[in-house]
Amino acid sequence: MDLFLQNIVNGLQWGSFYALIALGYSMVYSILMLFNFAHGDVFMVGSYIGFGVATALLGFVALTGIPLPGWLILILTILFSMFITSFVGVFIERVGYRPLRDAPRASAAITGLMIGIILETGNLAILGARRLSFPQLIESVTYQFGGIYVTNKKILIVGVSLGLMYLLHRFIQKSKWGMAMRAMSFDFEVVPLMGVSINRIAPLTFAIGSALAAAAGILYGLAYPVLDPYMGILLGWKAFVAAILGGRGSILGAALAGFLLGFIEIFVAWVFPSTLRDVIAYSIILLILTFRPHGFFGQAHSTQLRL
Amino acid sequence: MALLRVDNMTHYFGGLRAVHNYSLILEPGHIVGLIGPNGAGKTTIFNLISGIHTPTEGNIELEGHNLIGHHPHEIASMGLGRTFQNLLLWRHMTVLEHVKMACYSQLEYGIWGAFFGSRFCHQEEKRLTAKAMHLLETFDVAHFSSQLAVSLPYGAQRRVEMARAMATNPKVLFLDEPTAGMTPDELNRMISIIRKIHEEFDVAIFLIEHRLKFVMELCERIQTLVFGEVIAEGSPEETQNNPHVIEAYLGSEDIH
Repeated sequence: MDLFLQNIVNGLQWGSFYALIALGYSMVYSILMLFNFAHGDVFMVGSYIGFGVATALLGFVALTGIPLPGWLILILTILFSMFITSFVGVFIERVGYRPLRDAPRASAAITGLMIGIILETGNLAILGARRLSFPQLIESVTYQFGGIYVTNKKILIVGVSLGLMYLLHRFIQKSKWGMAMRAMSFDFEVVPLMGVSINRIAPLTFAIGSALAAAAGILYGLAYPVLDPYMGILLGWKAFVAAILGGRGSILGAALAGFLLGFIEIFVAWVFPSTLRDVIAYSIILLILTFRPHGFFGQAHSTQLRL
Repeated sequence: MALLRVDNMTHYFGGLRAVHNYSLILEPGHIVGLIGPNGAGKTTIFNLISGIHTPTEGNIELEGHNLIGHHPHEIASMGLGRTFQNLLLWRHMTVLEHVKMACYSQLEYGIWGAFFGSRFCHQEEKRLTAKAMHLLETFDVAHFSSQLAVSLPYGAQRRVEMARAMATNPKVLFLDEPTAGMTPDELNRMISIIRKIHEEFDVAIFLIEHRLKFVMELCERIQTLVFGEVIAEGSPEETQNNPHVIEAYLGSEDIH
């Protein structure tokens, strides 16, 4: 029983990463009907930007002697990195996707893959092949509840993720931009007549998705403090699976499927040998998709996958 | 000065001449109708003026501002609202959200306020919700406000679409077949609603319609379009008795 609860906690943490990244895939898909295949690499870039910001802040502390506490540095790192990474998203939209907006979807998908490769190899060229280790900004503290162990980092990761998802939910449901995004997921023809330009809403969507990926990147760096240029590929693909499993374009679905994916992976690894983890976990997901090809919340009428 | 002025507009789709030498003068507060057989180019004229297509030749001015080359969203914010022939509603948004979405550019709060729910943001939302509800009442759809657009009866969906167009505060409203597929009851209701908004909001209306009863009753001036060319323009009576119009609609009297 304790082990079961322990796995729930671990699943929540893993799920947080998947969910945050999957949201970026889903938001962009719901508006532009394309999957931004560079999104996993945006996660990687976000993590590196987080590394840079944290290093700079630590340097600032060392230089000036102003004793900023670790948690404050962490908060600032997350906020600054989300802000900076959102521009990476805007840039990708402007350079990679806007010129291809009317092109066949396959061209856009290939563009995404190429942007991903450019981000990975560009990073490799600039920073070199050596792996970086993410600075540990806060002391790890382990709490014990009955038989389960929870670190403060796990609480932070899950808490920050859920908090961001809540903010996003409110933004989408209540604000005018959220309304514009939802309306644009139906058509490009009428929404502009309400005085809304697709060229403002699409970059905004990329910006928010990228900011969430950056948050995921930093939280990931807290839990697994080794950064390398290819870290975004596998995680990105898995989050993409979560976005599909949640239902293409469904924000709620992406978040839930992200957590579900985390649980499935953790529990499979609990029962089976860990080398078989992904084989079995993704076979299960394949099975789910066989019976629910539109995912959990996908709508059959809006799923002409124009890939 | 004319509110909306179109001079010698011509448009080609590839080699096909869809609109030829079309001109229009719409004075403030007037209702002008555009009739013509299927495929005459009526909706194309709407699309050209509202910026969805750019005309090959010609000039379009709204309140003296040139509209050629502007994006639809810019033309919309300059004061042109429109509806569509085949209802374009956002299926899974509520009726109230449709109208509030149209108030997009009147909502002034910033992006941070939206994320964290500032007081100003709440005030703005409240103000716009009140405005939207008033519009929905005008169009007789207020009781549907929290329902999804897709679940409404057809006539009510048409009225939601018009409420949405009116929410952008247009100076000119384009209606593309506002009574298509409506029952006679709904048709009469639509006539009285158009009269009402025409008076209450002081908006000029340019409409495409097939039902002559509707056009005759509402419009001060009617243009008849055939194969992209205006063959007749005048008051409802003149149009009704114009032999060219009768020929276009009913065919020629000569028997070959």
